[in-house]
Amino acid sequence: MTDEPLLRVSALSKFYGSRVGCENVTFDLWPGEVLAVVGESGSGKTTLLNCLSTRLLPSSGTASYRMRDGQWRELYRMSEAERRFLMRTDWGFVHQNPADGLRMTVSAGANVGERLMAVGDRHYGRIRATAVDWLSRVEIDEDRIDDEPRAFSGGMRQRLQIARNLVTGPRLVFMDEPTGGLDVSVQARLLDLLRRLVTDLGLAAIVVTHDLAVARLLSQRMMVMKDGRVVESGLTDRVLDDPRAPYTQLLVSSILQV
Amino acid sequence: MATPLVVSDVAKSFTMHLRDGVTLPVVAGVSFSIRTGECAVLGGPSGAGKSSILKMLYGNYAVDEGQIIVQHGNGLIDLASATPRTVLAIRRQTIGYVSQFLRTVPRVSALDVVAEPLVERGEDREAARAKARSLLAQLNLPEKLWALPPATFSGGEQQRVNIARGFITEHPILLLDEPTASLDAKNRDVVVELIAAKKAAGVALLGIFHDLDVRDAVADRVIDVTAFATGKVAA
Repeated sequence: MTDEPLLRVSALSKFYGSRVGCENVTFDLWPGEVLAVVGESGSGKTTLLNCLSTRLLPSSGTASYRMRDGQWRELYRMSEAERRFLMRTDWGFVHQNPADGLRMTVSAGANVGERLMAVGDRHYGRIRATAVDWLSRVEIDEDRIDDEPRAFSGGMRQRLQIARNLVTGPRLVFMDEPTGGLDVSVQARLLDLLRRLVTDLGLAAIVVTHDLAVARLLSQRMMVMKDGRVVESGLTDRVLDDPRAPYTQLLVSSILQV
Repeated sequence: MATPLVVSDVAKSFTMHLRDGVTLPVVAGVSFSIRTGECAVLGGPSGAGKSSILKMLYGNYAVDEGQIIVQHGNGLIDLASATPRTVLAIRRQTIGYVSQFLRTVPRVSALDVVAEPLVERGEDREAARAKARSLLAQLNLPEKLWALPPATFSGGEQQRVNIARGFITEHPILLLDEPTASLDAKNRDVVVELIAAKKAAGVALLGIFHDLDVRDAVADRVIDVTAFATGKVAA
């Protein structure tokens, strides 16, 4: 394990006019660490995720990322082209709705292969072999490789989106409600898959979710957001078993027991 | 004998913000230490704060006051004020924990649940599984269950999976929260043997045991938790 974080976020704020998106968020993320960001709709967690993944520019604050060559780069000072390159290679973004992260009218194989081509691979046989390998790692049968994701179920689409993101061997993956909108049985399978991939690949991830059970299963650390601010943060099991902030206590006490 | 765990003046209370901010004091002035190769037992009636103390020592409950000094690697670290990342490192290398209940993950087999702590510490998956098999056999868990996720197991079967998971690593400090609560006599004896083996290996153990036979068989001394009582406040 390295002694340096992968991502350093300092006093990050985003305002929409006078409205607060997120305010004064500070944290470090280490390699291999999964951080869950929880809160209700409108708490600012998606705004934060979009700022961190540079899909949105913050109003103030900084975020630095340690590149593969060990150099620290200030995300919001990079050129658009550099940010796109980072997004295509060293980062992944798993959207809640797979249609936002997939190209629905090209084949499953091409969806996975496209990211490889974006990093310069041109060998068709190798790209296809890698695509087959990744489809099997996300439990999609090889004989579906030429089908379009339009023909896939919701759970399969989400697994395909994950394969597409992980094929380039990213070090940091952003996930926005990755299990939202799926049936519980499909959700359980996806969670197990994500857990295994994150452990095996040593991925760092920032997972936005409103589901505390998902946060408990996937993350080691947790930030609880309300009205754009972080109201509590710490080890995931500590926050859930001994919630300190009034809002966290409300969230935890609102979980239905089954 | 070394002292890998020293607890001094630890206090804990819960503030219930949804109940008009009423504060429930749990314990105060908790002070004791555990030596290598001994098994100390937290004693006292239900509600005295035994589990809360154990959870603070694992970083699972926040600590209001005091220090929990842990021998971690070559240094001493105050777990009560450590960052989440440090607490995770302490859990990986230094402090193991056997809880009362198994938190199951869908679709993961009992064998892998047991092997996982070793894999997380960088051990080869097959080697970890081999150790998991021998522990599950020692704990008399029927072999036909090993490949199944433990969610549907009986209480006693789940607890044996949990015990195997907790005992598989070589953490120098091991916390035990009623590991024998739902076991039959034969399997209680196995746990007593496992604890004796840990003591012989120089592990410092701290446990909660309601079963008096087990307690008498493993305890080198009893720490009376009522000494740390704060006086109960009506909620």
